[in-house]
Amino acid sequence: MADIPSDAPQHCPGTASEQAGKTSACQGCPNQNLCSSGATKAPDPAIEEIAEKMLTVKHKILVLSGKGGVGKSTFSAHLAHALASDATKEVALLDVDICGPSIPRIMGLEGEQVAGLSLCLSPRYVEDNLAVMSIGFLLSSPDDAVIWRGPKKNGMIKQFLRDVDWGELDYLIVDTPPGTSDEHLSIVQYLSSARIDGAVIITTPQEVSLQDVRKEIRFCQKVQLPIIGVVENMSGFVCPKCKNTSQIFPPTTGGAERMCEEMNLTLLGRVPLDPRIGKSCDEGKSFLTEVPDSPAAAAYHSIVQSIQAYCLSHVTREESAG
Amino acid sequence: MEENNEGGNLAQVQHVVLILSGKGGVGKSTLTTELALALRHSGKKVGILDVDLCGPSIPRMLSVGKPEVHQCDLGWVPVYTDAQKSLALMSIGFLLEDPDEAVVWRGPKKTALIGQFVSDVAWGELDVLLVDTPPGTSDEHLAVLENLKKQHKVDGAILITTPQAVSTGDVRREITFCKKTGLRILGIVENMSGFVCPHCSECSNIFSKGGGEELAKLTGSVYLGSVPLDPLLTTSIEEGKDFIQTFPDSATFSAINSIAQTLLTSIQNP
Repeated sequence: MADIPSDAPQHCPGTASEQAGKTSACQGCPNQNLCSSGATKAPDPAIEEIAEKMLTVKHKILVLSGKGGVGKSTFSAHLAHALASDATKEVALLDVDICGPSIPRIMGLEGEQVAGLSLCLSPRYVEDNLAVMSIGFLLSSPDDAVIWRGPKKNGMIKQFLRDVDWGELDYLIVDTPPGTSDEHLSIVQYLSSARIDGAVIITTPQEVSLQDVRKEIRFCQKVQLPIIGVVENMSGFVCPKCKNTSQIFPPTTGGAERMCEEMNLTLLGRVPLDPRIGKSCDEGKSFLTEVPDSPAAAAYHSIVQSIQAYCLSHVTREESAG
Repeated sequence: MEENNEGGNLAQVQHVVLILSGKGGVGKSTLTTELALALRHSGKKVGILDVDLCGPSIPRMLSVGKPEVHQCDLGWVPVYTDAQKSLALMSIGFLLEDPDEAVVWRGPKKTALIGQFVSDVAWGELDVLLVDTPPGTSDEHLAVLENLKKQHKVDGAILITTPQAVSTGDVRREITFCKKTGLRILGIVENMSGFVCPHCSECSNIFSKGGGEELAKLTGSVYLGSVPLDPLLTTSIEEGKDFIQTFPDSATFSAINSIAQTLLTSIQNP
């Protein structure tokens, strides 16, 4: 991992950091002069290497949220399943949540760790046309914690993009952790020469969520990442007994709908709370296959269609411009 | 007003407790707020340090708006939620000019600010300081722990989970973080533990069932209790109201209060 040299001290800020060579931790490091000269801050050659790799990937979609626990991984997984239900499409799901990798469990790939081959970066296959990569596969035990600082996480993300043999893909979906930090900056930076179609932003209806999601939208605007649209998850709960709806996460400030109006974004859809979604995720099954007739499954399908339409219209625009 | 500052800004803080979870969205900030209110309700002076730099939720939950943060000789003056100064708060939310502004910082910069937050807030006398954290096991967690350990003993951490396996799976890793860093686990709380329909009283396990208790057994940790999914609580939090004052007879308050009292006993008698 080039960002942290093997002979670096414990709190190395990373060779590409603005602080490279300048922090108190850098004192005495054999690389200090090189770092402080600015030589290590030249554009990372990996960016072009990754752009080259990504030429065989038609569409790249990031799934983001400023807020944790809104259903990014759940959505990413089901987006992947839905796109892969067309057997003619090749789909991959990349999980860059380094500290909390949920995708292996949700995709039914827990226990797919390859002991002793921690450098093995072959994706795992859920279906012939659905590949998955996550740091979860590189951990030998479910109790293993990845206690890494930013620069080391960045190095892992670079490896995932540059060194995993993705092959030819129609869709690469990237699931992210909550926030606007190292992982998000790295994904955008490393994919900067490879066109990203856009980001799908996930939120729940309440202001406590929207408050963080607006920051994520600002982040996207700052880094010029197009936003495909917003999904409002956990949007109401229908009691299975009396069929009344309760707003468990109340949209006290108008929910995603008002936020989309105010920020001129597309509301892709609303997914209701359904206990069977969580159950499917825990069991590593696709909710879309387990409960295909539910309102939540219908909502997912409609949202996925909108995302596909966006990606295809994007290609058409580029082709006619070029 | 000069205060005695021998030993640093944490010298007069009796107990420090971290609120952790490997998983996002399980209710760390909500429970930090509610536990603080419950402890205040039982006569304690409480502080909250919100080190979730990307998603600082606590200011809204306590309805403190966007106050100006002042400096005194000892450092930053925390924001008090009441005239009696029984609940103090410091959050990066106070330092941002625009509430929608994203804090897009890499790890080293986050680490530096957290170091300042830990040492440069003039808390004064507190019975308990609760530290709300973002999900994960990364820069923020290492920074807050390293800096706290330099200044003050850390009583331990409470870990929040929801019942389902996707959550407990991440919290297991947080438990490993605690063990590796020598942080005492005061106990596990299961949040969003069942939803009672207000129309017909049917209980639905929206986020599955039983995971918190299983996790406690599996890892040899204390199970502090469970808190149900309660739209009255989520609405109070949204509106920045004191749930404890508004709904003192609710089952939810009873659950939270029980956890707060167990926590107090645990830190007062280690």
